[in-house]
Amino acid sequence: MTASLPPPRLLPSGDAAITVEFSRSIDEQANRRVLALDRALADAPIDGVTETVPTYRSLLVHYDPVQIGFDDLGERLITLARLPVLQTAKTRRWRVPVAYGGEHGIDLEDVAKTLNTTPDDIVARHVAGDYRVAMIGFTPGWSYLSGLDPSLQMPRRQNPRLLTPVGTVSIGGVQAGIQCLAGPSGWHLLGQTAVRTYQLHRDPIFLLEPGDAITFYAVDSKEFAEQDRAAERGEFVAELVAS
Amino acid sequence: MSKLVVTSVGPATSVQDGGRYGAQRYGLTPSGAADRLALAAANCLVGNPSLAAAIEVGPLGATFTAREGKVRVALAGAGRNAEVAGRPVAFNESCTLNDGESLTLGFVRGGTFSYLAIEGGVKGEPMFGSLAVNARAGLGSPFPRPLQNGDVFDVDAVKATIERQIELPAVSNRPIRVVMGPQDDEFDDGKQLFLGGEWKISATSDRMGYRLEGPVIKHLHGHNIVSDGTVNGSIQVPGNGQPIVLMPDRGTSGGYPKIATVITADLGRFAQIPAGVGFRFEAVSMAQAQAEARAMADLLRTLPERVRDARNSDLNDALQTANIAGAAVNAFDSGTWQTWSLPEP
Repeated sequence: MTASLPPPRLLPSGDAAITVEFSRSIDEQANRRVLALDRALADAPIDGVTETVPTYRSLLVHYDPVQIGFDDLGERLITLARLPVLQTAKTRRWRVPVAYGGEHGIDLEDVAKTLNTTPDDIVARHVAGDYRVAMIGFTPGWSYLSGLDPSLQMPRRQNPRLLTPVGTVSIGGVQAGIQCLAGPSGWHLLGQTAVRTYQLHRDPIFLLEPGDAITFYAVDSKEFAEQDRAAERGEFVAELVAS
Repeated sequence: MSKLVVTSVGPATSVQDGGRYGAQRYGLTPSGAADRLALAAANCLVGNPSLAAAIEVGPLGATFTAREGKVRVALAGAGRNAEVAGRPVAFNESCTLNDGESLTLGFVRGGTFSYLAIEGGVKGEPMFGSLAVNARAGLGSPFPRPLQNGDVFDVDAVKATIERQIELPAVSNRPIRVVMGPQDDEFDDGKQLFLGGEWKISATSDRMGYRLEGPVIKHLHGHNIVSDGTVNGSIQVPGNGQPIVLMPDRGTSGGYPKIATVITADLGRFAQIPAGVGFRFEAVSMAQAQAEARAMADLLRTLPERVRDARNSDLNDALQTANIAGAAVNAFDSGTWQTWSLPEP
């Protein structure tokens, strides 16, 4: 017999969505439970649930209140969420190339200075990490990763930048990230990848899934440029090493 | 095939429909019309499916010209001066542009978005089942961006021979209803300020979010939470204590505590509150909010049954002229204009 897990909190997000909250903080165990509940809903859909959004610590469940009410859906979600987390699906692992520093990662030098070390050492620590896609959010393909080396954790920038480049690989607080589209960010920019986590007219349009494992490897500017052209043609560039 | 040419247009006018669902887990926001009921009303008047793509016209004016044949259109949503070749055009009523004629729309009055539906619909390639513009993600068809001068829509030949009008229920002036949460426990006195205060929508608002101005809402534990999912109508409170209500082009996740959520039935009404006009929030129970959501769904579903032939065009012209003369025309008046419609013959 496996004891059932403590229930998550059910938080109303208006009349057409429930936030199923497993933790208030970033927590590997909570994220596993989020992804397990997400999986359970995909395997055995509940009528009226329209889509789900996994995040670090909660699963947002969108539903149609014409088809199912808050109490009924909430009860069913709690039941599912208390089931033991089974490791059924195999983890996909991607190797993602990153051009570090220089124009690709304008904050690498500053991060090294702040942490009293060299840019090469920062790259070595970033590359050594074993990351997981905890959630994808904010803008298309923006992948939030868990697994950042605690020695690389530092507060976000005081002044967020209004525009950071396509493919930016960055760190912020305890989080690491891969962004796809250019946009605002308060994180520290370490490098840039040619991998498009979101690309129209490619199959799949979205490359990464929550739960995927990620490792980074360093490439130089020339390799980056070649990979960028390959990505433009629709190639993944990221290498799938296990599935 | 006729064409509808965008002769002149300001910013914030774009093709929108019921929205793009199913990929919020990848960070792709739904987009779609800010006022679904108004979109549906415009569509029903020209025989389109309720949530088909139409032109969401932002607060500034625009001119559209028919080329190579007739184009039949209908306007709904926030009121504004509208005329074709010097003839006033009524909201919540279809009209036909002859080849070469232009529909000229003035500045919005008493609202934000009007909807211009085209008989036969907007032609484009749907992505994730939608033509709605999401400029940030490069999505939207036939144009993956807001409209620009010179854009051309291909339009089917006009089939209908009689113009139509629709009577909508009068829009309530009561406070905007919310369900508290999901992070209302991050606030103490802030909840009373939020519900008791008078709010205005800032002019720096857009389809991502409406920024509110009013009492400063203080957090109990600071303004950073671990990012979690958002919905249309999520009310975030950032560090400056001035809430932001998330709109259809929102980020799919956010790291500010969300004090409350606008109920589905009031999203369109909220979207149409003009910048600078005072309003209040009112908390309702989940049961009430869901009953209202079901009622709104019923209204949307039965909207086509409200469409009638427009036989009283002289009367409407007179009314419309009277309304243009008065400065107080707004989206909330559209219901009362239409009480003049004659019974079905």
